[in-house]
Amino acid sequence: MYYEQSRTYLRTPQSGAVLDPRRYLSVVDRVICKYGADRSKLINMLQEIQREFQHLPRQALEMLSVKLGISLSEIINVATFYHQFRLEPVGVYVIQVCFGTTCYLKGSSEIYESMRKVLGLRERENTARDGTITIEKARCFGCCSLAPVIMVTSSDGSERYVHGRLNVSEGKRVVLDYRSKALMKLKGLKNE
Amino acid sequence: MSEALELGSGTRKISELIVRVPLASCTLAAGASKVLESIEKALGKLGLEARVKKTGCMGLCYLDPWIELESRGLPPTIYANVKPEQAEGIIRRYVEGDLSGALAVRSEASGFKGVPTLNSLPEWRLQVRYVSRNCGFIDPESIEDYLRTGGYSGLKKALKLGREEVIEIVRKSGLRGRGGAGFPTWYKWRVAYEQRSDVKYVICNGDEGDPGAFMNRLLAESDPHRVLEGLIIAGYAIGASRGYIFVRAEKPLMADRLEVAVRQARDYGFLGEKILGTDFSFDVEVYRSAGAFVCGEETALIAAIEGRSRPRQRPPYPATSGLWGKPTVINNVETLAHVATIFQTGLDEFTKYGTERSKGTKMFCVTGSVRKTGVYEVPIGTKIRTLVYELAGGPPDGRSVKAVQVGGPSGGCIPADLLDLELDYETLQSYGAIMGSGGLVVIDNTNCMVDVAKYFITFTLAESCGKCLPCRVGVKVLGDILEKVASGTATLEDLELLRELGESIMRSSLCALGGTAPNPVLSTLRYFKNEYEEHVVMRRCPAKVCSRLVTYEIDPARCRGCGQCAKNCPVSAISGQPGKAFKIDTSRCTKCGQCLIICPFGAVVKG
Repeated sequence: MYYEQSRTYLRTPQSGAVLDPRRYLSVVDRVICKYGADRSKLINMLQEIQREFQHLPRQALEMLSVKLGISLSEIINVATFYHQFRLEPVGVYVIQVCFGTTCYLKGSSEIYESMRKVLGLRERENTARDGTITIEKARCFGCCSLAPVIMVTSSDGSERYVHGRLNVSEGKRVVLDYRSKALMKLKGLKNE
Repeated sequence: MSEALELGSGTRKISELIVRVPLASCTLAAGASKVLESIEKALGKLGLEARVKKTGCMGLCYLDPWIELESRGLPPTIYANVKPEQAEGIIRRYVEGDLSGALAVRSEASGFKGVPTLNSLPEWRLQVRYVSRNCGFIDPESIEDYLRTGGYSGLKKALKLGREEVIEIVRKSGLRGRGGAGFPTWYKWRVAYEQRSDVKYVICNGDEGDPGAFMNRLLAESDPHRVLEGLIIAGYAIGASRGYIFVRAEKPLMADRLEVAVRQARDYGFLGEKILGTDFSFDVEVYRSAGAFVCGEETALIAAIEGRSRPRQRPPYPATSGLWGKPTVINNVETLAHVATIFQTGLDEFTKYGTERSKGTKMFCVTGSVRKTGVYEVPIGTKIRTLVYELAGGPPDGRSVKAVQVGGPSGGCIPADLLDLELDYETLQSYGAIMGSGGLVVIDNTNCMVDVAKYFITFTLAESCGKCLPCRVGVKVLGDILEKVASGTATLEDLELLRELGESIMRSSLCALGGTAPNPVLSTLRYFKNEYEEHVVMRRCPAKVCSRLVTYEIDPARCRGCGQCAKNCPVSAISGQPGKAFKIDTSRCTKCGQCLIICPFGAVVKG
């Protein structure tokens, strides 16, 4: 129910790291240069902003609203309506568990629950507190013959894997594999 | 144009060996790219000069990843479920003339009796590959391949005719929209054609949001030019100057392939100014949507291209006032592919299949509890039983078909005793389902119908845009009642309320999403009333799915006494000593199911 999602988003303070405002501004400016201050290109602009930050930071949306001369709630309306957009920052890897009909009938909800359990996610939490993994429900990938399916994407978009014909124990193993991979990456970042 | 054809034949340098590897989203997920790598390595190692052809998918998903080898003097041979490490052996044996391990040969060849022909397999023989004829055979990123199979000859024929004649041919064909409701294609075209407007649009609806349906993705990934050709013909017929192909961002490969096709078509003069020397100018843009189920609905799709969200009231219909308020025709991917093929092959080839009221063929995705999941193209009017049992091979051992869900979240469940129904628009509608985009999900005895209904309502509730009350609130209440049924707290009056509420939501919703949302509930209620009543009266879930209505036990034979379940039980209902079998105290158990999920040995069982 996206309308509830937008209400909570407008009320709660932004989570995640806040960057230098100039960074948001430069991205918003670049996007507006590319598409012009054209309201009808809003979806394309949001797609571009998300490509940059892996989610839609509140600050960037506020700047966009000023520059386009439309209200923030109108932008949030569009951003929460479409599935592609994320309002919260994500982990190093995003695991999407397919909830298409076939995957659901073949037990994807149990796989989803057990993966959340492995990461110790609390209710309403989708990202592990160590910032490694985000777990999401996804709609059909169109790979129903491989059901149940999960898709794993690195948050920078450079890696994409599909795992099919899963069961609960394999699901747990996959989560732990990606978690240790993500930890390596995070460690590498710190060392640099 | 003549130049184009020469170019096409100029590249036809068939070397000794051709290796076809399918690269579509589904085969890639099954590991086709690793197979491709290993094939290239193997060819180098064996010192063979071969042409590796990257094709689309032929729709027999259970064979993924498959490869096809072709060489002079040997029949084209298909190998199924190929693992990367097998590639070298397969190729070496094939060039030596040993076809062992092959699934089938594409055409009969003397001296190779051991391997069946593709046509002897029922899942191939019973199909009529009309729009999917090229899928898995040609390289989707090569316009030359498409031209060689008669591509764009339909467009050439159409451009020689007047606009009204083109619409008349589509009317005579009896083609109906393949996206859901089965609206006659020609009628939309006619209305848009008659509008006086300086600008008109055509949109190819490639949103395909139904879970369990992926024929549009497969078609556009495997034969994108066919879809594009249909779109150009549609644009010509109504006098449009611009077309859009609407693809969701979750299907990136489909969008990429279509973009390549648009670029190639421009280079060959099938798009752009004065197409093929006529005064018809037309261009196409691939639009990557941000994804929302309701975007399959025409007015919501238009809103998305305009940068907004949510559907609007109809009329006015898009054919009179659509994108930016201009006349707009929206056709499904498969419909447009049919248009192109009809103009290529002539009317008779199309109208000889199908029923009196619905002509031609339709692609169906059969998934769920069947042995051979895949996309099968069959004449409209084929029996559901034929698709499920003969083409898809029926359920796996030990399972029995309970129902077939047709048409996704807007469709309904057809029970097992009605499997002899014919798949056409009217029959399905009168039995409470819809053709939809053509996804068939086979439900077996391990699935609970209340749970299935709950699943679809949860889906639509999440996708409801919230604009109109019946859908926003009504569907929520439907979900709440279903939750009561699943947890054993409902009464028989609640079942009556479900039906009544469902019917009023259908009558009063703004768009097709709400107008069809109660279908899964109403159809399961109609055919599986017993199962609902068993939940309500006996407080039992016969399929042991609804977790509140089952009991949890620990199988002492499988339990190794690790204590994980006891540690995670929120109400401390599990006790035992490490190393010995644990026990669940059923009087304290709240049936949350956590122990079942957590147990590493599968020792927790439902009773």
